[in-house]
Amino acid sequence: MTQNPSPLPSYTPTRRQMIAAGTGFAALMLAPSAQATTQEMEKAILAFTGGVKPRESRVTVDIPVLLESGASVPTKVSVESAMQGDDFVTSLALFNEKNPQPNVAVFHFSARSGQATAQTRIRLGDSQKIVAVAKMRDGSYYMGAIEVIVTLPACAEDA
Amino acid sequence: MAGNMGRALISLPAKAKRGDVIEIRAMIAHPMETGFRPDSQGRLVARDIVNRFECLFEGEQVFACDLFPAMSANPYLSFTMRADMSGELVFRWRDDSGALSEEKRRIEVE
Repeated sequence: MTQNPSPLPSYTPTRRQMIAAGTGFAALMLAPSAQATTQEMEKAILAFTGGVKPRESRVTVDIPVLLESGASVPTKVSVESAMQGDDFVTSLALFNEKNPQPNVAVFHFSARSGQATAQTRIRLGDSQKIVAVAKMRDGSYYMGAIEVIVTLPACAEDA
Repeated sequence: MAGNMGRALISLPAKAKRGDVIEIRAMIAHPMETGFRPDSQGRLVARDIVNRFECLFEGEQVFACDLFPAMSANPYLSFTMRADMSGELVFRWRDDSGALSEEKRRIEVE
C-alpha cells in the first residue's frame, strides 16, 4: 500500500469542479424559495392559533397514504366534538409542509353544521405531512396529522 | 358569471327528516390557477383561484371555506347541515378576479 506518495494529499479542485460546486450551491440556495418548509408550516399554524401550540388530539385527517397523483387528492377532516356549548369547533384549517405555500383551506362551521367535518380535494407537490388544526369556541386548539406519499406530484403535471 | 368561473354542481337530499344531519356536496368548474405555474414562454401565469365559498340557509351561514392555491382545480367541498326546517339554501363562490357565482336549492324537512 505505497501507491500514494503523500499520506495527506492536498486537494486542489479543478476549475470544472469549482463551477460544478458553484451551480450545486446555487441550486441549494434556490430550492427553499420554491416550496414551503416545516418551519413555514409551523409559522402558519401559529398565525392561525394566535401563538397557541395546538394539542395533538381529537382531529383526524383522512387521506389515502399512497397516492399515484398529487393533482387531486381526496381529503377528509373531522373533529370529535358535540358541536354544542363550549365543545364547538368554529373553524378548522388545513396545512401542508412542501407545497409552495403552507395554507390549503380554512373551513368555517356554524350552529347548523351538526358535525365538524368536511371533505375536499387538494393538490400535493410532494410526499409530505398534512396537518389539520381545529379552533374551539372556548379558545383551545387541537390538531391531527398524516404523512402521505405522492408518486406523481401536482406541479409535475400540466394543468 | 365571468372569467374562469364555470358551471356549478350541487348535490343534497331533496327531503330530510327533522333533526337529521345531511351531507351537502358542491363543486364548481374553475382552473384554480396557482400563480406558480409557468406558461410555454416561461412566464408565470397570474394567480386566479376561487378564494371563498359560502353556503347560507335562509340567510344564515351554514358553512364557509377560505381556499388557497393548494386546492384542486374544480374545487369540491362536502359538509354537513342539521335539517331543522324547510327552506332555501344559497351557494356562493368568489374568485380572484372578483367574479361571483350563485346557486339556489330548496330542501323540504318533514
